[in-house]
Amino acid sequence: MNSLDPRVKRLDFKKLEDGEERTNSHSITWEVFHQEKRGKQVTHVGIVHASSPEMALMMAKEVFGRRGKTTNLWVTKTSDVYTFGSEDEDIFETTPEKTFRDPAFYKVRDRIEKFQNRNKVQS
Amino acid sequence: MNNEALKDLLYKMADDALIIGHRNSEWTGIGPMLEEDLAFSSMAQDKIGHAVALYKILHEVLGEADPDTLGFKREEKDFKCCQFIEQPIGEYDFSIVRQFLFDHAEHIRYELLTQSSFQPLAQLAKKIRGEIKYHVMHADTFIKQLGNGTEESKARLQSSLNHAWPFALGIFEKSEFESALIEAEVFVGEDELKKRWLLKISPVLESANLKIPAINESKIVYGGRKGFHSEYLKPLLEEMTEVLRTDINAEW
Repeated sequence: MNSLDPRVKRLDFKKLEDGEERTNSHSITWEVFHQEKRGKQVTHVGIVHASSPEMALMMAKEVFGRRGKTTNLWVTKTSDVYTFGSEDEDIFETTPEKTFRDPAFYKVRDRIEKFQNRNKVQS
Repeated sequence: MNNEALKDLLYKMADDALIIGHRNSEWTGIGPMLEEDLAFSSMAQDKIGHAVALYKILHEVLGEADPDTLGFKREEKDFKCCQFIEQPIGEYDFSIVRQFLFDHAEHIRYELLTQSSFQPLAQLAKKIRGEIKYHVMHADTFIKQLGNGTEESKARLQSSLNHAWPFALGIFEKSEFESALIEAEVFVGEDELKKRWLLKISPVLESANLKIPAINESKIVYGGRKGFHSEYLKPLLEEMTEVLRTDINAEW
């Protein structure tokens, strides 16, 4: 297989040996979550390829935890993550307009009104 | 405590770290998969860091030359690394088996050194033992995975273990300063280390269905700690210092 992607090149996924087709099915993807400090939320940072959860953690440690501060990492099978289909994106379409649902909206609104009233009085 | 004994201990630890760091970095760019390439390279870098930290103690506390000189400008015979870590990287099974055998010894050595009467070393050991703990976790994970894998992976691991074993026992080669170090409570000694190492690696090997080869004492590969090396160290040193030697006095 001619590919510049080292992952494809190295494992030679489709190599035929003794008529048996080799795949990389033993090496699935794992979603990696990074936690900077104890108690802080974990943040999704990317994926690693690995054949077991233990191996996925070992890989994640160097791929996503070798720079900056890390206190823990979580991994979970990509196939265990449930998502909406991209065709359903329209269910979120109008949310950005509903700013009144954001508590910050009221605080800002109050301050703007205060400011406007004060200016009115002065002018 | 005589300084010669301390120097001997620090040199062998530093040289082990520098040479295995260089060796393992040979996998950079050709590792079996991208993630592992990255992990193995990063651990190799850790080893170079350990070497620098130890050379610094030699320089700052014991009056030896600066770390760059110690790492890059010594003769082959001045190196005190064991012959195990000079051996070529081989195929990945050998490199993983070597990491497993060598880093378990390193991990226990540094754990024990946290109690050392030589404070600079005790402090360093406390600082880096976590790094080495990961190196051990990494190796254990691979050994268990591959030892419980296919017929091929099992056979490869066992054959690499057979090849590595006489070299691995050479890690614990004693020097003339052994009893001085023990008496001064700098280090508990190579025999104690070896005993604890066997207790630690045996259950992991067992869980991976691997058998420790029975070998004759005479087959153990000693010499490295006294400056006698295999044919593989010289070319490694030449490669490592190749750029430096083009202009030995250049400012970097």
